[in-house]
Amino acid sequence: MEAFIQHLTVFVLACFVGYQVVWKVTPALHTPLMSVTNAISGIIVVGAMVSLSPELTSVQTILGCIAIFVASINVAGGFLVTQRMLSMFRRK
Amino acid sequence: MVALAYLVSAICFVLSLGGLASPSSARRGNTLGIAGMAVAVVATVYLAFSTGSASKESLTAAAISLIAGGAIGAVLAKRVAMTAMPELVAILHSFVGIAAAFVGIAGFLAHPPGELDGARIVHLIECYLGVIIGSLTFTGSLVAFGKLKELIKSKALVFPMRHGLNLALALGTVAVGAWFVTGQGAIALYVGAALFGVLGVLLVMGIGGADMPVVVSMLNSYSGWAASATGFLLGNDLLIIVGALVGSSGAILSYIMCKAMNRSFVSVILGGFGAEVGGPDDRAEAFAAKGVNRAGPADVAELMLGARSVIMVPGYGMAVAQAQHNVRELTELLQKKGINVRFAIHPVAGRLPGHMNVLLAEANVPYPIVFEMDEINSEMPDTDVVLVLGANDIVNPDALENPKSPLAGMPVLEVWRAQTVVAIKRSLNPGFAGIDNPLYYKDNTLMLFGDARKMVEALVSAVKGGGGH
Repeated sequence: MEAFIQHLTVFVLACFVGYQVVWKVTPALHTPLMSVTNAISGIIVVGAMVSLSPELTSVQTILGCIAIFVASINVAGGFLVTQRMLSMFRRK
Repeated sequence: MVALAYLVSAICFVLSLGGLASPSSARRGNTLGIAGMAVAVVATVYLAFSTGSASKESLTAAAISLIAGGAIGAVLAKRVAMTAMPELVAILHSFVGIAAAFVGIAGFLAHPPGELDGARIVHLIECYLGVIIGSLTFTGSLVAFGKLKELIKSKALVFPMRHGLNLALALGTVAVGAWFVTGQGAIALYVGAALFGVLGVLLVMGIGGADMPVVVSMLNSYSGWAASATGFLLGNDLLIIVGALVGSSGAILSYIMCKAMNRSFVSVILGGFGAEVGGPDDRAEAFAAKGVNRAGPADVAELMLGARSVIMVPGYGMAVAQAQHNVRELTELLQKKGINVRFAIHPVAGRLPGHMNVLLAEANVPYPIVFEMDEINSEMPDTDVVLVLGANDIVNPDALENPKSPLAGMPVLEVWRAQTVVAIKRSLNPGFAGIDNPLYYKDNTLMLFGDARKMVEALVSAVKGGGGH
């Protein structure tokens, strides 16, 4: 239970940080905001990696590898398309 | 060590979102985000290896998956057309959803059923939440993708007892959750995931095309909550933090979109909007009798050349017609004549928050002349010509003037306050939900009928021809 409260603390504080930071994002960049959040939610690769088991053919390893595969599409796709969009915004 | 690396990574992610406060700092932010991800992955490989939770073989398989996924992502990012960004964002949400569900299942399987004490109950609830939220995000996003790509009809699917069925699915998922926690069986986990997955399909099917920006933002938020839930079950603070950042980002975007349409979040989620076509407008006859003021490209070009200030109002129709580049050319020509040209963007123009800004940026329109609705609405009365390009509901005066209109109360761009409004449109057919637009019948409105791209091309050549100004 104590561990849960600790995680809950982190969660609630992170929500506050997210709230503060995202309200400051200029509306002109809301699409890059969505694509970059796509990319960083690919952080689920970390979760998939820690749920691997030592055996190659265990259910955990197979599920983990599928999760890593799709989450990596997010990471690469999200960051690269964000970069592509941001490079289009010019002052002149 | 790993915890420290995770802290660094979390800070990078916060800064990557913070960078989006302005276009000038955004690119640095994105680079920081990439760095944060790299740190997190390296630290986790080290963690898995050093604790022996993974072997060389399983980590090799993971590396292959990572490289394969990364390559596909890179190709997608390079190939996607900017008009297709909503589809890409939607499909990426579905990937987070399915990954979260799989991680949740793996997390459950890793710990054999044991004594049902407090910690165990918390763990089971975390597993269940991670899996069902992941499942709903997955199916809902797939349907959103299908609607945006027009594989599925974008109109809201309405059938009798829809709300009852959705409620039954939600309650059923809760009941199955209780069965899962008490019985600790994998079957209950899968059944719960299936029920919530069906709910995801029905929810998004029930929401009309006009509300897609809200749906995509909402699924963005869910993908974050799904990641957070898996963070809880794995006891991984980095996942919790990133999930919370993404979740609140999506929630704020949903809120902004709802506000821009004067709709409550609940009414959007319950869906059905855009399905019931309103009865015939009782002013239709009066409108038909009055008629519209037609104009040709030459008249409009002359009008623009005589103006001091021009505001362009792009809508999704401009993107469909691929007229952005022609619009930029017209803008440059007018600027060379000393005319002040600006763009006015409504928050729900396009199919994704901020979609118009990206399309204009792609066409090389410099961002300092692109303004948000709240910044530029007060300038309308001092504007000589407003050019409406493929926008409809977002410039409808009914939103302010007709309390009976389905749009009543929605903030709109008050283009009719300008000296002259020129609307480029294919025909007088009303837009989404069959809502008529009295703007087209106003005395100071000129209608330029035709394809947006062809008409802007015609304006460009007419302005070039009339260069004697």
